[in-house]
Amino acid sequence: MSYYFAIIGTQDNPLFEYEFGTSKQGGDGQSRFSDQARHLNQFILHSSLDIVEEVQWTSGQLYLKVIDKFFNNYISCFMTAGNVKFLLLHQPTTPVSSSSTRNSTSIGANPQSPQTEEAVKNFFTEVYENYVKAIMSPFYKVNMEIRSPVFRSRVAAAGRKYL
Amino acid sequence: MAHLSAGKPGGVAGGKELATGSGLRYPANGKTIYHRPLNRSKTSELSQASFAYLFSEMVSYALSKVTDIQDLEKRLNMQGHPIGLKLLDLLLIRELPRNQLRPLNIISLLVLIKEKVWQHLFGRQADRLEKSSNADTPDEYMIVDNEPLVNAYISVPKEMSQLNCAAYVAGIIEGVCDGGGFPARVTAHTVGGKEEGEMWPGKTVFLVKFQPEVLERGALIGSEKA
Repeated sequence: MSYYFAIIGTQDNPLFEYEFGTSKQGGDGQSRFSDQARHLNQFILHSSLDIVEEVQWTSGQLYLKVIDKFFNNYISCFMTAGNVKFLLLHQPTTPVSSSSTRNSTSIGANPQSPQTEEAVKNFFTEVYENYVKAIMSPFYKVNMEIRSPVFRSRVAAAGRKYL
Repeated sequence: MAHLSAGKPGGVAGGKELATGSGLRYPANGKTIYHRPLNRSKTSELSQASFAYLFSEMVSYALSKVTDIQDLEKRLNMQGHPIGLKLLDLLLIRELPRNQLRPLNIISLLVLIKEKVWQHLFGRQADRLEKSSNADTPDEYMIVDNEPLVNAYISVPKEMSQLNCAAYVAGIIEGVCDGGGFPARVTAHTVGGKEEGEMWPGKTVFLVKFQPEVLERGALIGSEKA
C-alpha cells in the first residue's frame, strides 16, 4: 500500500505534500509508486477537488471518507473549518476485486473497509492538530506553504502510527 | 500589515539557518510551536490593561498612515481579518470530537460567532443576533454588542465622530466568515444614543453583509434537503 498525502489551500494551491508507504504488516514505510505514477498522483488528487466542492456542503463532518476513485487509486478527504483540504491518495498493492471486499479486514488490502476509514480518520485528526498549531504561528498567513521540518516529521510519525 | 509581510519567514534566509541549525528560527530548548498543547486556554486570560495599551498603539499606528476615517477603519479591519481566519480552526479543534462540525448555513455560522468566538475573545457572548427586517436586503445580519471591550478605553474626538474602533472586531468576524466559505463584508457602527441616561452609550452593531453567492448556495442546499 502506497500513500500520497497533500494539503490543498483555499485557492486550490498545494501547501504541503508527502509520500509514504504502509508500516503495517511488515511494511517498511516506503512508497511503491512508479516514476510515472508520481506525476499522475498529483493530477488524480487535484481532479478530485471538484467532488470535494460538491460533498463539502452536504455534511458538516470534517472527515468526508473516500470521495473519489480512479482505477486503483482511492482519495480520502478531510476538510478543515478554514476550507483547507487534506487529501490522501491510497493505492493498494493489488487491485481490489469486488468479491474480496467483504472478508478482508487489513487496512492495506481494502481501502473502503471500516477499519481503513477509521485508520485514515485517526491519521487526518493527528495531522489536523499539527496543522492548527502551524497556522497559530503569527508569521503564518493563510495559503502559505508549510515548510517546517518539524511538521513534516509529525506527519511522517502519524503515517507510521496509523497507516 | 505591510510590516508583517516584509518580515515573512521561511524565505531564503530561513533556509540557510535551517542548514546550520542556529539562529532565531529555533528556540534554544528545542521546543517549537508543535510541542505546545492547543488546549491550555480555559484558565489563561490576558490582562485587559495590556490589551488596551496594545490596541491603542495599533489604532495610532493605523492613524498615522491614513487620510480619512474610512481608510482607518479599513486598516483596522485588515488587522483583524487574519485572526478570524485562524480562530475558526482553533475553536473547532477545541470542541469535543463529536461536536466538530463545519458551519453549513448562515445561521449556524452566526451562532458560532455570537457564542463561541465572543466567548473566546471577550469572555461572554454577544448580546443579540438580528436579521435585517428590510426585505430589500436579505443578505444583511446584525450582531449587537452593548459594550465592546475594544472600545472601553478609546475616546473618539469630535471631528472623527463616525469612527468606531470596533472595526477591528468586524475584521475578525469577516475573517471567520471568509474562512468558513461565507464571503462577507462586515462593518461596525455605533448606535448608542448620546443623550443622558442612555444605558449603553457605546452600543455597537456589526453589520454582516454576505455576498450574493452565499445566499444562492444557501437556497440551493435548503431546497435539496426539503
